Amino acid sequence: MISVEGLSSGPLFGLPLPELWFGLMFALLATFLFLDGFDFGAGAIYGLVDTDRQREAVLAAVGPFWDGNEVWLVVFGGALFAAFPAAYAGLFSRHYLLMFAILGALIIRGLAPEMYEQRHDNLWQRAWSVAFVAGSVLAPFFLGVFAGNWLVGNEGSVSLIGLVVGVTLTLLTVVSGAAFLRLKAQHDLPPEVSTYGQIAVVGYLLAVVATLAVLAVRLPEGITTLLDPLIVALVVASILLAAGYILALRREQNLIALGIAGVLTYGLVTVVARIMYPGIDPATGATVSDTIVSTLPLNLMTIGAGLLLPLVVVYFVVLYTAFSGPITPEEAY
Amino acid sequence: MDPVIASRAQFALTTMVHIIFPVMSMGLAPFLIYFTWKDIRTAEPVYEQLRRFWTKIFAISFVVGTVTGIVLEFEFGTNFAAFSTAAGELFGGPLAVEGMMAFMLEATFLGIFVFGRDRVGDKLYFISSVAVGLGTWLSAVWILIANSWMQTPRGYELATEGGQTVVHLVDPIAAYANPRFSYMFVHMQNAAVESVALFMAGVAAYYVMRHHVWGFDHENIDFWETTLKIALIALLITAPLQAFHGDMYGRHVAETQPQKFAAMEAVWETDSYVPEYIVAFPTSLDSITDPRAKELFGIGIPGGASWLASGGDPTAEITGLNEFDTESPPVAIVFWAFRAMVGMGFWFILLSFWGGYRWYKGELFEDALLHKALMGSSVLGIVAVELGWVVTEVGRQPWVIQGIMKTREGVSPGLTGTEATITFAGFVGLYAALLGLYAYVIARVIRNGPPSGDDLRTNHEPTPPEAPATGVADDD
Repeated sequence: MISVEGLSSGPLFGLPLPELWFGLMFALLATFLFLDGFDFGAGAIYGLVDTDRQREAVLAAVGPFWDGNEVWLVVFGGALFAAFPAAYAGLFSRHYLLMFAILGALIIRGLAPEMYEQRHDNLWQRAWSVAFVAGSVLAPFFLGVFAGNWLVGNEGSVSLIGLVVGVTLTLLTVVSGAAFLRLKAQHDLPPEVSTYGQIAVVGYLLAVVATLAVLAVRLPEGITTLLDPLIVALVVASILLAAGYILALRREQNLIALGIAGVLTYGLVTVVARIMYPGIDPATGATVSDTIVSTLPLNLMTIGAGLLLPLVVVYFVVLYTAFSGPITPEEAY
Repeated sequence: MDPVIASRAQFALTTMVHIIFPVMSMGLAPFLIYFTWKDIRTAEPVYEQLRRFWTKIFAISFVVGTVTGIVLEFEFGTNFAAFSTAAGELFGGPLAVEGMMAFMLEATFLGIFVFGRDRVGDKLYFISSVAVGLGTWLSAVWILIANSWMQTPRGYELATEGGQTVVHLVDPIAAYANPRFSYMFVHMQNAAVESVALFMAGVAAYYVMRHHVWGFDHENIDFWETTLKIALIALLITAPLQAFHGDMYGRHVAETQPQKFAAMEAVWETDSYVPEYIVAFPTSLDSITDPRAKELFGIGIPGGASWLASGGDPTAEITGLNEFDTESPPVAIVFWAFRAMVGMGFWFILLSFWGGYRWYKGELFEDALLHKALMGSSVLGIVAVELGWVVTEVGRQPWVIQGIMKTREGVSPGLTGTEATITFAGFVGLYAALLGLYAYVIARVIRNGPPSGDDLRTNHEPTPPEAPATGVADDD
């Protein structure tokens, strides 16, 4: 029999598990925002291309991946629920309507490609195209609104910080989406996709500046919080990375551009986590140590995640290897 | 609307709509693994048709299942924050593991399974079909571990923190290896396969009848005949098993949730030698809305309910609803849902024997009445699943965690009636549209039939990889 005693007496290997789970939770969120981010970004760019073939090229490029990518949101929600139940419950119930706005956008985004394929008449496909673009743009926007409100501890849903973080996140998904589409569907899509990515990355930097400005006003300790060395380093790095992204797209080094978009996403989420820590729900003042579950379930979850997440990485490697290289519209089912 | 009522109604609506899609994907999973295996091994066109046609239905169901499933995970936080805070330590873990262990497996390999036939070798393709199928079933494992704990909680300790009652995990084996889990899992998975078998048989029966009885020529009749036979075999296995196992499950409920069992049987006063009303006729409006076993006019098996509750003793005592301290669950819903589910279960057994007998006689394709019965029953399996969940979830009210927390105490404290009503109304509209679209799309896929002729890989000579894959473009 398994001895529960050993698992209840103290954290596994004496590790700082609450902090690790705080970090893991944000890592899961960042992974979702990067991976499903390029699906969302591709959806936004879908609204900018002209022909049916180009639209189908976008759908084919994201088709095999998006469902797996979206599961990172489920895992993020599960990790937050399992490790910090009170924070999960407090955040989700306080931003009630916003959470359902996110869900609504995700439902429409998920259904649209399935529906689009079903009929070939113009009106039907146009309607689902609109739904696809709307869902793809609104999902990251609402998620950003949620993140902004979460960060400063806003009770309501409509706020300036929510707006700027929402715009920031949406632009970041376009940055990822453009690189992804250049990588997967270059020959079926117009070269302007690269331009969209470059414009988006400049817009992203401006939006980050706007976000920092609003944060300097809204955070209790104001600018002092933002002058943390890690945050300053990440902001400076983001500017350099944005330049690198533009260069990579122009030289058609699309995989590098996509990688940079990923680093930008993880960097942004790291800034959010850094500002928040040791708090986890600034609205109530709850901290990581207030809301963490007790030792036994935490240890069990750590073992579970430690065994399962490496497997998940393997699944994604298999999937992305199977679909390496360009994907043509003919592969859409 | 009151936030408690709106939250409960919304959760009921969103789960009842969601469960349709996992039933389709979990039920289709074993068939798809079999079709993929046969397609690879035999290279017979009919197995490629079976694999591709049913994969399409699987993929659509899976996508709708994904987006409606995320809603449920969020709703624990949005609408039932007090429950989530109190029970997160026990309840959140299985949900997180479900995401990592099951959902990740199915969602990634689904990409290969649906889109990747021409990109990967036979072996990896077959592995993908197994991974997707396994993922759908593992999902059920973790969701039912979480649910079974709410039905029969064990391995926990109660504490009061900040004026709130909180559940702490003390014995993970007791909590998660819950006896209730195995009953729920077998009942649910068998129900899913049975439901899909009924659906396949119903659809196939239509085309078989058109071809063989009405004389319309059908180019893919071979495909539909095979579908009907395979579905019938699955039905012959699952339908009797469901009744047999359901009987054991019922006994377990009687032991562990006597209040739910009393509601299922509408027994108000504690009694022994309680009959089981297989057929109950309401004789007045009151007996529909407020059924009382003693006053019903029906065909009762003497001592049947007692026999069911005790595992063979017709004189056993059943505790009546009046004995419990808390209010009763809505007895009418539980009582009638249970009867309708059991009635359908026996009808499915009859149907499977009828079809099996005709097949044995070599008349499977000629019996138009059987075909019509199968067509009429094509979605009844899913209806029975819904009714079963109604018995399970309505029957345990007023408890969200049996004996520990009432459902109304679990609702988010800050939630306003306006907010809850807005989202509930939104879901009524959105999910009505969603169901309509799903039905429309599935009907279209069926009407278009399986891919055939030049579209099939098995009808092509092996082509060098650089050759254009002709015909794939007009797949649908």
